[in-house]
Amino acid sequence: MNITESTLVKFVSDFDIQKVRKDLPILSEKVYGKSLIYFDNAATSQKPQVVIDALAKYYSEYNANIHRGVHYLSGKATQAYDETRSLVHRFIGSSSEREIIFTRGTTESINLVASSWGRKNISVDDEIIITAMEHHSNIVPWQILCEEKKAKLKFIPMNENGELLLDEFEKLISPKTKIVSIVHTSNSLGTINPVKEIIRIVRASSPLLRRGVGGEALVLVDAAQAMAHEKINVQELDCDFLAFSGHKMLGPTGVGVLYGKLSLLEDMPPYQGGGEMIDSVTFEKTTYAEVPAKFEAGTPNIADVIAFGAALDYWNTLDRKAIAEYEHELMMYASEKLKAVIRVRLIGTAKEKSSVVSFVIDGLNALDVGMYLDTLGVAVRTGHHCTEPVMDFYKIPGTIRASFLYYNTKEEIDVMIDGVKKAISLLKK
Amino acid sequence: MATISEIEKEIVEEFEFFDEWSEKYQYIIELGQKLPPLDDKYKTEENKIKGCQSNVWLNSYEKDGRIFFEADSDSTFVKGEIALLFRALSRQAAEEIVKTDLGFIDKIGLRQHIAVTRANGLASMIKQMKLYAVGLMQKNNTALE
Repeated sequence: MNITESTLVKFVSDFDIQKVRKDLPILSEKVYGKSLIYFDNAATSQKPQVVIDALAKYYSEYNANIHRGVHYLSGKATQAYDETRSLVHRFIGSSSEREIIFTRGTTESINLVASSWGRKNISVDDEIIITAMEHHSNIVPWQILCEEKKAKLKFIPMNENGELLLDEFEKLISPKTKIVSIVHTSNSLGTINPVKEIIRIVRASSPLLRRGVGGEALVLVDAAQAMAHEKINVQELDCDFLAFSGHKMLGPTGVGVLYGKLSLLEDMPPYQGGGEMIDSVTFEKTTYAEVPAKFEAGTPNIADVIAFGAALDYWNTLDRKAIAEYEHELMMYASEKLKAVIRVRLIGTAKEKSSVVSFVIDGLNALDVGMYLDTLGVAVRTGHHCTEPVMDFYKIPGTIRASFLYYNTKEEIDVMIDGVKKAISLLKK
Repeated sequence: MATISEIEKEIVEEFEFFDEWSEKYQYIIELGQKLPPLDDKYKTEENKIKGCQSNVWLNSYEKDGRIFFEADSDSTFVKGEIALLFRALSRQAAEEIVKTDLGFIDKIGLRQHIAVTRANGLASMIKQMKLYAVGLMQKNNTALE
């Protein structure tokens, strides 16, 4: 798509950017006396006032432990907590609320599957497939599992643009493949992977696999970077597990979701033991509670789950399609402007890209550039972004990453581009 | 030769001229650009201090009872921080290096920026410099016995 001033102006008029910006109080903050320009959304998003209010309201009006209290406050808190589960269920189109497990975040969601499902179902020589562009949180849990079970971890390679090689994937899949755990949208490259196609390939190979020694391979989708940018329906996608974090999609930190198909979750052993997750306990034997309680041992993160519900309510008021188009424009605009700066090289140029621009500047250290941008009030991230294999692939130590969300503007991008140019002249004396 | 605390005081006074973080940043970058180069033969794995976002190579040696440091980094900003550290610690006696708490880092407002970059190798570097001093003291004590 060609970036022209007129298309952007049109978007701004379609999508009332100044109005939505007012919903997030932090966006009018100053840093070092300058207007904050927040381009670190892939790390965590900012929070609308309604989310902050929900958190404060819970603590100031109905803070209580949930599920077993007989009093008014406990009932109210329980209702609000369970309401978020119902909201998540509707938000991702699961077939039942019971398929929604609350965790601390994407990392814990993946660890839960690797630990609970993995320990039960993975044995010697089994194979687990991930991609070349995983975040460490979708590598390390599987490595731990593979080490314990003497299983093998394989990865789908990618090309220079940061696009997965699906032909290679088809060659990797075998009767030994037990689970394919893939990142939906890359945090360091912005690539949006053809998850639907990958799942189709897995399902298509299943009849063949069933004839082999293995059963059907499962698919876990790491949607941490996807949820804030596109609508995901788990039944349409037909994934077996979906993991994501609340804090990257306007919610508070400390809340994540694991979606799993009910039959799979019912078959899985508990992840942690404790209160809330039991049916009955004697010193001889414990029987476990039903899903999802089986996977939510101990007092959950009540306040943040409730506030996450407020974030989902807020999402439901936004025009997701208009936002997606606007964010795409921001990404294209920033990419075009950066490409025009001498010595700048974009890392991650996939055809299907989220609103992330990762780049390096020849001869300059990413950290130095990031710190310079910080002096201008521009928040970017530098380094390997917890994807060291990706950096090794490009033979670079790290990148400078600007990640946009719908509340960012073209004018903010202009400030960053200007900063990049100044950083180059300052640092290359 | 000024003592470490005298040099620290000097640095703090210098930084008082700067009103904004951007001015401090530019000054530190200038210092980094002026840091004397480290001979490639010292850029070994052994001398490397791996930070999350930048690497530092540190070489330490003793001459006439004083410790000298020289270093390089792939980050100019880190080199600037190194220049400040060396100004305080290089050419000092081992006992003095071990004793100092380098309070100037807080006073000039650098601690926050070091924390941001997960200590960009600088904290580990201070540790290495102190360890070298401790090692030297032990060696000298053993020699005396």
